[in-house]
Amino acid sequence: MSFRKRVRSAWQYLFGDSASAFGTLSAVLLILLAVVPAKDYFREWLGYQKQYLRLIHGRGDANSLTRRFQGGLQQIWMPELDVVDRCTTCHTALKETSLADVKTQPFRPHPVIPHKLTEFGCVICHRGQGAATTVEEAHSSTKSWEEPILPARFLEASCGQCHLDRLLGAPRLNQGRDALAQYGCVRCHTIKGPDGVTMTGSDAPPPLLHIAEKTTREWIAAWLKNPQAYAGSATMPNFQLADDETRDISAFLIAQSTPYQTQKAPEPAPAASQDAASVQESTSLYGESFCSSCHAVQNAAGMLVGGNLGPELTRVGSKVKTEWLVDWLRDPKTYDPETRMPHYRLGAKEVGLLIGFLSSKSDSDFLGTTQLAAATPAQIERGKTLVIERGCANCHGINGVKKPENFAPELTLVGSRPLEKILFAPGVPHTLADYIGAKIRQPRSFGNALKMPQYTLAPQQIDALATALLAQTQRAQTLPASLRIPRSAPSNYRPAAKAGQLIDDMRCFSCHKINGRGGDMAPELTWEGSSVQRAWLVNFLKNPNTLRPALIRRMPKFDVTDAEAITLADYIMTVYQTPAFDQETLDSSRFTPADMEHGKELFYGKYACQSCHIVDPNKDKGYIGPTLTQVGTRLTASWIFRWLKNAQSLRPGTLEPVWNMNDEDARAVTAFLVAQKNAPRKEVAQK
Amino acid sequence: MNRGWLGWIVLALGMTSSCARHAAAPAEAQPKAFGSAVVLVSGDKQAAGVGSVLDQPVVVQVNDDKGTAVAGALIRFAGAGGVTFDPDHGLTGSDGQFSTNVSLGGTHGRYQIVAATTDSSGKAAEVRIDEIALGYQETLGQQVSDIHCVRCHDSESTPQRVSNHDNLTAQAHAFTDGATLNAMSDAELAAIIGHGGAALGKSAEMPPYGNTLTKPEIDAMIGLLRALSDPPYRPQGIFYAGK
Repeated sequence: MSFRKRVRSAWQYLFGDSASAFGTLSAVLLILLAVVPAKDYFREWLGYQKQYLRLIHGRGDANSLTRRFQGGLQQIWMPELDVVDRCTTCHTALKETSLADVKTQPFRPHPVIPHKLTEFGCVICHRGQGAATTVEEAHSSTKSWEEPILPARFLEASCGQCHLDRLLGAPRLNQGRDALAQYGCVRCHTIKGPDGVTMTGSDAPPPLLHIAEKTTREWIAAWLKNPQAYAGSATMPNFQLADDETRDISAFLIAQSTPYQTQKAPEPAPAASQDAASVQESTSLYGESFCSSCHAVQNAAGMLVGGNLGPELTRVGSKVKTEWLVDWLRDPKTYDPETRMPHYRLGAKEVGLLIGFLSSKSDSDFLGTTQLAAATPAQIERGKTLVIERGCANCHGINGVKKPENFAPELTLVGSRPLEKILFAPGVPHTLADYIGAKIRQPRSFGNALKMPQYTLAPQQIDALATALLAQTQRAQTLPASLRIPRSAPSNYRPAAKAGQLIDDMRCFSCHKINGRGGDMAPELTWEGSSVQRAWLVNFLKNPNTLRPALIRRMPKFDVTDAEAITLADYIMTVYQTPAFDQETLDSSRFTPADMEHGKELFYGKYACQSCHIVDPNKDKGYIGPTLTQVGTRLTASWIFRWLKNAQSLRPGTLEPVWNMNDEDARAVTAFLVAQKNAPRKEVAQK
Repeated sequence: MNRGWLGWIVLALGMTSSCARHAAAPAEAQPKAFGSAVVLVSGDKQAAGVGSVLDQPVVVQVNDDKGTAVAGALIRFAGAGGVTFDPDHGLTGSDGQFSTNVSLGGTHGRYQIVAATTDSSGKAAEVRIDEIALGYQETLGQQVSDIHCVRCHDSESTPQRVSNHDNLTAQAHAFTDGATLNAMSDAELAAIIGHGGAALGKSAEMPPYGNTLTKPEIDAMIGLLRALSDPPYRPQGIFYAGK
């Protein structure tokens, strides 16, 4: 049989004669042709659009809803942002606020946000696959698409792609960024913003160059074993070291320590007496010195009382050596030139009292009775190796160990890290957010050899950290620079001359901000010279009193000399002047008694200033703003006048609302306030 | 033939039912004691960002008929809309209490969670607890409120801030005061925040914030008030002629 015949018989065998084969093929073709429109008809999004039309059908505003509804595939396309979002195909009612009662997705209206949906699309904030038109592909991660929808609790991460500065409406992002700086994350991991600026730490890890002068090897070993056992609020993480490791590291740290130069001749340490009277006296000195503005101590109820700028002092008596404490209290800079602790000009008696108070803050259980045997050279050598391995020098200054570079993986793009490159610990869901959270919660669950230490963080803090890290995306780098809301540039402002030295000596920048540099615990002083009167300022510097009754953190008394107070006051009065107005604009000598009387009426009536301020201590109770009993000796008339008009422009972020007072009212209230010069005696007994 | 089919059906039913029982069994913690009522101890009406863990755990207590706490009773938490519990069930402790950390769902609004136990006869007793998830707008409102508003409107002092509430002659309304605030429209609230109390014939102790806060911030404040309101705020619907 020829080949041709064979084919023909096979054909006949399979399809019968030509006519019926043609018929079969036609039928197959018809069915195939029907599949395409059928597939089209049963598309997921068409079903949702029909469902939506049924949903709005019976509603009162059905007509307008139907009119605004656009069927078919919808798309938000913004090539410059790399956005192709078809989400609105199914999420038909995002802009329909009248559907607020609808709780079923995809038909819920979008909650209020500061951006228009057509401005950024959907995936810039929510992630997911914008171009997809099926539920599964748009929301979940698939093998070829790794960016699932971002869970709602991390949504603020998306704000952080453009908003590089603090953002009022994104507290979790702010908290996370603060925590990255405060817990020292950024000291090991490099994290750059899309503007190229590297994040820096806001913690102040102490240098260990002279550690042997400060504390004992036993304390170092116990601290290394578990920092939170010494102070619950300690930000140093637990490196989960074995006993022999803490023994060797402490041996090395003591061995590398060098003596520090005390500037003053060593005076005999004042005796710390522990009798009841001096305990009372030392406790009140600790209070009067406002140590608790920065340092916290656990009270009897186990609550931490005090600030967190300096270390917690609950067990400080078990930590520091008395000789060191004497030097430290006299002038902290001799031990640590970069410290945030101010130079209190304490006398010998005060130093003795404070030492008495601080050494009573001890806990015999913390150190126990452990005594470490003298260190061997081998232990010291191993200690050094461990210090290098663990990266201690990332945070602390250590003799003979350089600060390592690129010690830990850079996290600049961690928010876009591909899942295929991540090794998930068992039990961790395969999403980036879960990975980051698990990694922060229990770093060693990803392998015991990992260097990352164990932090003690609340679940809210871990979510906040994850939010800040998820903001570090590839997209943030590629978005047009014009969209970025820049952060305020860091300032390294240094005041000049003698006053500059005093400001440095008293570490004013630890609490006050001047010209963009400094802390936020105390009022900003950039324009202080325009605000206050010189005589008041000199007096205040010598004896700072509290202006706000409700304030918990307060300015300590530094015992400055008259000459120092005058130097500082002159500098502040001359340099910290606002260009916004000039003192001569308001002539306070022309205020008449009638002005004052009118001002008083306005103060108590129209503006009800007594809700927040006290002018007459017998009558007024307002607790929020500064007491104004002597405001006439404190502030200048022009400053008060401008303040009443627009306080926010003089000191952004102040609690005083912008009153926008007209000139006449502002002038009258100023006249009333300028007359408040003498503190009237409070008739009721102080509680 | 018919009997054969019946046999198969009986077999299939038997297998599925035994499977179901089998699957449910290992997760079940066995109660050691039974109470007849669940009461809330603490942790209701907390406000937190969408999807996030509430600051304070939710604590409930199982009591018996006489109202004394029952230790070892089984408590089971449930909630709709993506609420999760850590843990979602367990036995009450020696004080008769059970505490769980609650994560809210991903959309803003109110979430009702249910803590349930059963008495010895299998009858269920439960307590319903409301929690509030704040969306972007309400979160912004909370930030604004923390800076400008709560010092007077919250009578509780915290270590960070001393309340000024009792220093005022007019009693500032708490933001949860639904009885008063629900009766005010958004426009009225915006007016009193923006123009102050005096401009609306109320106490001048409420300053005008119209020049301090932006419009979105004032709207966010209103959003926060609506979210926190107790009893819950129900917006008036839109009325259409002819329908």
